[in-house]
Amino acid sequence: MTGTSLGASVREFRDRPGAGLLRIDPLLLVAVLALTACSLYAIAAATRDDVAGSPHHFLYRQGAFVAVGLILMFALSRLDYTRLREWRFQLYAILLGGVAVGFLLGTASRGAIALPFFELQFSELGKVLLIVVLAAVLVERVRDIGSRQTTARAMLLALIPALAVIAQDLGSGLVYVSIALVILFVAGTPWTHFAALGALAATALAIVLVAAPAAGVEVLQPYQKDRLTAFLSPEDKRGEEAYQQVQSQVAIGAGGKTGRGEDATQTQLNFLPEHHTDFIFAVVGEEFGFMGAALVLSLFALLIWRTLRILTIAKDLFGTLIAAGVLAMLMHQIFVNVGMAIGIMPITGITLPLLSYGGSSVLATFIALGLLQSVHAQARDTAFAKGRELTI
Amino acid sequence: MYLDPGDRPSLTPQLAVRVAILGGIALLAFALVFFRLWYLQVLSGDSYRAEANDNRIREIKVQAPRGEIVDRDGRVLVENRVALSVKASPKLLPEGEAERRAVYRRLADVLDMRPRVIAKRVNDQLTVLPYANATIKQDVGQDTVAYLLEHRSEFPGVEPERVFVREYPQGQTGAHLFGYAREINEDQLDGGEFPEAELGDIVGQDGIERQYDRFLRGRNGATRVEVDALGQVRGQRPRPRLPEQGRQLRLALDLDVQEAGQAALAGRAGGFVAMEVDSGEVVALGSSPSFDPNFFSKPFTTAQYQALFAEENGSPMVNRAVAGAYPAGSTFKLVTAVAGLEGGLITPADVIYDPGFVQIGDVKFINAGEQFNGPVNLRSALSVSSDVYFYLLGRDADSTGDGLLIQRWAKRLGIGRESGIDLPGEEVGRVPTPAWRNEWFRKGWTKERWTVGHNVNFSIGQGDLLTNPLQMAIAYAAVANGGKVVKPHLGLRIEDSSGRPLQELETPPARRVKIADEHREAILDGLYSAANEPGGTSTPVFENFPLDIAGKTGTAETPKGDQSWYVALAPYPNPRYVVAATIEQGGFGAETAAPAALQILSALFDVENGGEIVAGTALD
Repeated sequence: MTGTSLGASVREFRDRPGAGLLRIDPLLLVAVLALTACSLYAIAAATRDDVAGSPHHFLYRQGAFVAVGLILMFALSRLDYTRLREWRFQLYAILLGGVAVGFLLGTASRGAIALPFFELQFSELGKVLLIVVLAAVLVERVRDIGSRQTTARAMLLALIPALAVIAQDLGSGLVYVSIALVILFVAGTPWTHFAALGALAATALAIVLVAAPAAGVEVLQPYQKDRLTAFLSPEDKRGEEAYQQVQSQVAIGAGGKTGRGEDATQTQLNFLPEHHTDFIFAVVGEEFGFMGAALVLSLFALLIWRTLRILTIAKDLFGTLIAAGVLAMLMHQIFVNVGMAIGIMPITGITLPLLSYGGSSVLATFIALGLLQSVHAQARDTAFAKGRELTI
Repeated sequence: MYLDPGDRPSLTPQLAVRVAILGGIALLAFALVFFRLWYLQVLSGDSYRAEANDNRIREIKVQAPRGEIVDRDGRVLVENRVALSVKASPKLLPEGEAERRAVYRRLADVLDMRPRVIAKRVNDQLTVLPYANATIKQDVGQDTVAYLLEHRSEFPGVEPERVFVREYPQGQTGAHLFGYAREINEDQLDGGEFPEAELGDIVGQDGIERQYDRFLRGRNGATRVEVDALGQVRGQRPRPRLPEQGRQLRLALDLDVQEAGQAALAGRAGGFVAMEVDSGEVVALGSSPSFDPNFFSKPFTTAQYQALFAEENGSPMVNRAVAGAYPAGSTFKLVTAVAGLEGGLITPADVIYDPGFVQIGDVKFINAGEQFNGPVNLRSALSVSSDVYFYLLGRDADSTGDGLLIQRWAKRLGIGRESGIDLPGEEVGRVPTPAWRNEWFRKGWTKERWTVGHNVNFSIGQGDLLTNPLQMAIAYAAVANGGKVVKPHLGLRIEDSSGRPLQELETPPARRVKIADEHREAILDGLYSAANEPGGTSTPVFENFPLDIAGKTGTAETPKGDQSWYVALAPYPNPRYVVAATIEQGGFGAETAAPAALQILSALFDVENGGEIVAGTALD
């Protein structure tokens, strides 16, 4: 009858003995654990000879990141994500601050900040912060979702950090834009707004690529431009920008149906660069062949499906929009990364969630998954309280 | 705040559509990725696997030893010696620039080289062939190798290796024939001469080595190594391809005759040829001064190399037997005689009176030493080398027909044109014609137009004529063998390394000319007389020679002085060999060239001259 009585029953359900684990989505957890296992296996195989004298260097480090990530994920899944709505301003301030530090102090490699144990790539964590902030802001303005002001404000919130990230790491910056667009899309922004945004983007691109260079201002670094266009004709530029792309395709193709295992020379003799980070999918393709690659893709499909489902069952719009943001982040990274490994996307330097080596990427992904599980847990609680059992 | 029912969204139709769209996009993207993967891995897997293997497998060439060259009796003329060379192994050399330099410095002391030279040599070779060992120094002593092996830790990446070095055991004998073999250069790689050769291959650069390179070179073997993306060698692969030695080449050359010829010239500038008149097989062919072809098997400096071409050293690289360009002197009278007889200007019986000189136009042409010969016919004119007899022929030929009778016969008999011998670097020489001289006059290269006097001089092999011993030998052989203008050749056959014949190198004559038998016999008779009868120009030289021969002396006037010539056909009357010899600044023909020819003939027929070899004194 009132919120209190419903709330009490929910609490009762939630606090019953042994309930913690059941509240999370088991299929999502299976997909995550399986992908993590694949990741550790592939990294171990790919980096055996990378650090002289310690063949497990990268494996152990990744194992440590995953352990921390899993703890974070389980902790977050028990957290009440709705609290985050109140902290949106603080979170946005952290996002801007982190991105600014990365922009100003970051080393040459994707704006990473050197910490004692690893290089923190704030742009990875920033994605999660942006998801929460945008979701919270749009929930506040849900009744004005059709106004141009709402759309403009949301885009502005996203573009400020996105541009700072793009300056050093084009690939991650574009993820920010994807997140903003998908959250707006799910929140119900009118189609006309997307059309207008598309026109604006086209104009901006024209200025960046054509007008500005004509006026003598180079916005993109030459190597960024080369990388973006290399995938269109990889055979023409063999040995230059397209080298990585060609070697990646050769590695994947050489894997054949069942993989090369110990003979995976593209990876092991270093012809495939960045094999444990951006091109981990090529390692999977070469070592385990079509079967391995298809298994990994299937697990990703499971991941996407569960995310979409959590999006639809969330107990409130905030949860839905958080799920939408995580969906955008995962889909963007999966398809751009795999696409560049198989030669249908430009090389933009982006990690493959849950598979690529790298602390920042692992932690950011697990935090996002923790939020997702939290949304699922509370959706379950609510449904139970309403007397409905959520089926898997 | 925990639960705000107002915020609870039901799955609105709008959200359902949008979620469906997102799901559709995901589905489409997954489908795209799956199809692409299927294409890459299942449909094109094999070609990508081949490409991945291309990436990592590098072949390292193993040089095949060249085939040996032997003389007609199987005596070794050119062979291979196993030598020790010091090489730098790219996979074992220290990575750091400073460490490398330190190794080079230590090595420089041991090898007696400059460190900079070592560094440059290694870098140059590794640039071209990054996986093969680079040669630092070839042919080092056993003790040097022993030292390097004992102190291995101080010389990381430095390895002694056994290599094949071309060796010429005969030294200066025959040096001009064999030429030499060295690493192929860039021009040759681009050119079509060595179609199958690759960078770093040893190819014949001159002489027989070059002419028969395709038989001698052999087929390189290869070992295969696996490399990583940086080109570092990671391991050996199985199934190396063994190198195949080149074929053995048997020459018509007779080492004894060759040595005799070289000895006969005794270091004086000149050249000689000994050839079978019927087949054109070259039994000996040499030039002096000579050089040691082993020189080319080792690294050398530019200065050393240039010395081999220096004129003040007598240009030892020039093969005077085929590349010399000299007037032939009276040895040319054979050609004039053939022309006169075949052109109908004379018969063997015609007699003219030779007072020692003849006035033609306003020029008085005299015999050598203005020697008085009295009445002479063809036989005695050849025997005593009457210039007047041939002067008159030259004069008459100039005013008969187009005036090119002698020129035409000279060309027919092989003078002034390429013989086609299997040696590179032939000089064509020159048969002078009015057209040629007038052209030179027009260009201001000479002060005189063509006059009858030039033809008169030409008729006795003086003046503008330029030829060489090989061309003279061909002309004499053609008269001796009945008109066959042979194509001289050294190569006899290709054999496997145990001497089993694989392929005969057949060389048909270049062409035939028609010379009446009675004319040939008359000329040969005159040449016999010149070498055997009293008054003959070379009789004193051949008096004690156990075989009968026919031969002609020649003394060519050159700016450097008299050049001595002799061409012999032996045995008389059915000659089997022709021997031609010339010695620059050798004086009269009988003085130096005839004794040299005698020595060659002695070796050729394996006979002793019955007495001391004497120099003739005839003024021609």
